[in-house]
Amino acid sequence: MNGVHDLGGTDGLGPVPIEENEPVWHAEWEKAAFAMFATSFRAGLFGVDQFRYGIEQMHPAAYLLSPYYEHWLHTVEHYGTAKGVIDPDELDRRTEHFLANPDEPLPRTSDPELLAFVDAAVEHGAPAKRPSDRGPSFAVGDQVRVNDDSPRGHTRKARYVRGKVGTVVMAHGTFIYPDSAGNGGDDDPQHVYTVRFTNEELWGPEAAEPNGSVYFDVWEPYIRPAPRGATA
Amino acid sequence: MTTHVRSQEEIAARVKALESIMIEKGIMTTEAVDRLAEIYENEVGPQLGAAVVAKAWTDPEFKARLVADATEACAELGIGGLQGEDMVVVENTDDVHNVIACTLCSCYPWPVLGLPPNWYKQPEYRSRIVREPRTVLRDDFGLAIDDSVEIRVWDSSSEMRYWVLPQRPAGTDGLDEEALAGLVTRDSMIGTGRPRRP
Repeated sequence: MNGVHDLGGTDGLGPVPIEENEPVWHAEWEKAAFAMFATSFRAGLFGVDQFRYGIEQMHPAAYLLSPYYEHWLHTVEHYGTAKGVIDPDELDRRTEHFLANPDEPLPRTSDPELLAFVDAAVEHGAPAKRPSDRGPSFAVGDQVRVNDDSPRGHTRKARYVRGKVGTVVMAHGTFIYPDSAGNGGDDDPQHVYTVRFTNEELWGPEAAEPNGSVYFDVWEPYIRPAPRGATA
Repeated sequence: MTTHVRSQEEIAARVKALESIMIEKGIMTTEAVDRLAEIYENEVGPQLGAAVVAKAWTDPEFKARLVADATEACAELGIGGLQGEDMVVVENTDDVHNVIACTLCSCYPWPVLGLPPNWYKQPEYRSRIVREPRTVLRDDFGLAIDDSVEIRVWDSSSEMRYWVLPQRPAGTDGLDEEALAGLVTRDSMIGTGRPRRP
């Protein structure tokens, strides 16, 4: 989708808001919103690509203006409701209740299996690498062009690299394909490559800063061969 | 166009409401929330990346392994896991300065840097760092990069997690690994800063 989350190259947003000695958590609610990523993943509500797509479906204005972890709240709500785990009316009722009673504590609960899952998830992660019989169609040194289409649904093909020509600088093997898994499809493993684009190729010779380049990862279906010397 | 930007109070109430339902459904526990918060507050953070960098500065063979396969090299030190399943370290040199970003969301190498600072996830950095990195580094981070040095921006669009091996500061010849680790800042491993001077 052509969403507002796809921010690379957007102008006019102003200075980077740097906070000195920033704490890990800015509010208590952030801890719970953060924890919902791992626990909802375990409950089968989403994979990481679907998680991202849920965030991308926020209203663009809300996306830009809300604090970061509210994005996570949004996607957990989105899939929780879709999967029938969350009754939206019940969620609204309880929200009203906690607005009126903000200091009412939740019951302290414990589950040793969930705790073990959390520790194991942090230690071992959830690798996205998947085996595949498919051989790579590209190799380091190849010139490639990113397809200039606008697919519906989730994709990692950012707008600022579409149609641009770059050079493959790394080949990483096969990984879950977000354009499938993020849209509810299967893993459909595809080769991932890092492609180097010069600033001039991305932004044009007049706007580009000199002596720079951007390295962007693509899945094989995003790219096609480009003749040597080709540009956007 | 209808949208409502929630206040902190409204968000807090909604998260609590959602959490209370999730607890009843057995999907989460307050204990799991506390544990995850504790891990990223006290256990997993940039001190781990700093230890890796300090080792790379003092052990050329380790550095070669780190640059060849960061995931494997970090695993030697017991470092790895969630959001760093496949890591790549990019090395700063006299000719190249690297900086990491995620223009599409907030991808960041958690096992070595912890959770990202807010600015890394916010629209200003994500929009500008690929378009005018030299300007952002100079004006926003006070990091002037000489025009003769190439700036490489690593946009973490896949599950590969990039981070920066900064250059060892001059005048640190007599320092041991632990003292060196104390000089390595989070921002120096993002590429928006340099290590401290002793």
